[in-house]
Amino acid sequence: MTLPLDLTGPVSGLVCGGIFGFALERAGFASGCKLTAQLRFTDWAVFKVMFTAILVAATGIWLLQVLGLLSKEDIFIPTTYFWATLLGGVGVGAGMAIGGYCPGTSVVSFMSGRLDGLVFFLGILVGTAAFAGVYTWIEPLMHALPGPEAQTVSELLGVPDWIVLVALGVVFGAVAWFTRTPVPTGTTPSNASPTLAHGTTARSFQ
Amino acid sequence: MSGTSKPLWNPYAAGVLLGLGLLLTFILTGHGLGASGFSTALTAATSHILAPAATEANAYFGPMVENGSLLDLWITWQVFGVAIGALIGAMSAGRFRWSIDGPTRLSIARRLVLAGVGGAIAGFGARLSLGCTSGLGLSGAATLASAGFLFLIGFFVTGATLGLLMRRYWQ
Repeated sequence: MTLPLDLTGPVSGLVCGGIFGFALERAGFASGCKLTAQLRFTDWAVFKVMFTAILVAATGIWLLQVLGLLSKEDIFIPTTYFWATLLGGVGVGAGMAIGGYCPGTSVVSFMSGRLDGLVFFLGILVGTAAFAGVYTWIEPLMHALPGPEAQTVSELLGVPDWIVLVALGVVFGAVAWFTRTPVPTGTTPSNASPTLAHGTTARSFQ
Repeated sequence: MSGTSKPLWNPYAAGVLLGLGLLLTFILTGHGLGASGFSTALTAATSHILAPAATEANAYFGPMVENGSLLDLWITWQVFGVAIGALIGAMSAGRFRWSIDGPTRLSIARRLVLAGVGGAIAGFGARLSLGCTSGLGLSGAATLASAGFLFLIGFFVTGATLGLLMRRYWQ
């Protein structure tokens, strides 16, 4: 195996993070209005960005595996702990519906000048401290109902990876087709219309 | 001011760049992108400064603060990178503006309270699942991990339910 390259220093972090932050900003993910519009189904951009990214990266990883350049054992695949994984998703989803962001997008939001993004990030620190405070009580839940270590959906269903990729592509294609109507945010190049993402609804105080 | 900012990218274009960045991360490091790993290490380090003895005795933070400085962690540099990349993106598109986003029908004070409460819930949740939308949802799903998809189901069902219930506070 030649990959991964094991470049885990500061430069690697800055480059990977830099692309991540730039792409999220260009997608409009600095705005809590834009992010939560997906949760109200008034704007499908968040779903499209996320699903496109997952498909591109998953297809790339699959190709590298087919070419023998990367082995499944050499990449980090998270393990399911049913209740902890599911309830964690519930918490992060509730956090976004209530506060507008998730941990990564709160950083992007603050870096575009939004103070609610900073407050959300500070809230994360408080929630993390609270978790540490009650950790000994919660610990049994953390490991309850574990799945097989590093299990993929393909292993769970007993099908090859490419079938899962095709199935994801079909589901995504269908959603993209049914939501293709241009929405007033992001997909139209017009600045004349009152776009949510450009902050006309955000209250500027300068 | 808002009239001078450049339009957002097409979501598919932004998604392709994000996906290629994520693929590059796997090629370089063997793992994906994240965010809550950094906020957790930052909380542990802050707690260690404020209350050293209690932090070292804590079952969750204790082992973390033994492991050296924040700057030794790849995730710290990656989140610095996210901040720099987002700042470059906002500045170059004319989108940087001091403002408060959020439910447009609520006062600024209430929006900030909601942001803080939402952040706390998300921070707690991300520790339960050992990752957030970036680390488990995006990066996990890219490896086809069942954990990534289970997380995304919980995230989206809850987010959409609460999002629809809170619809009247938004424009």
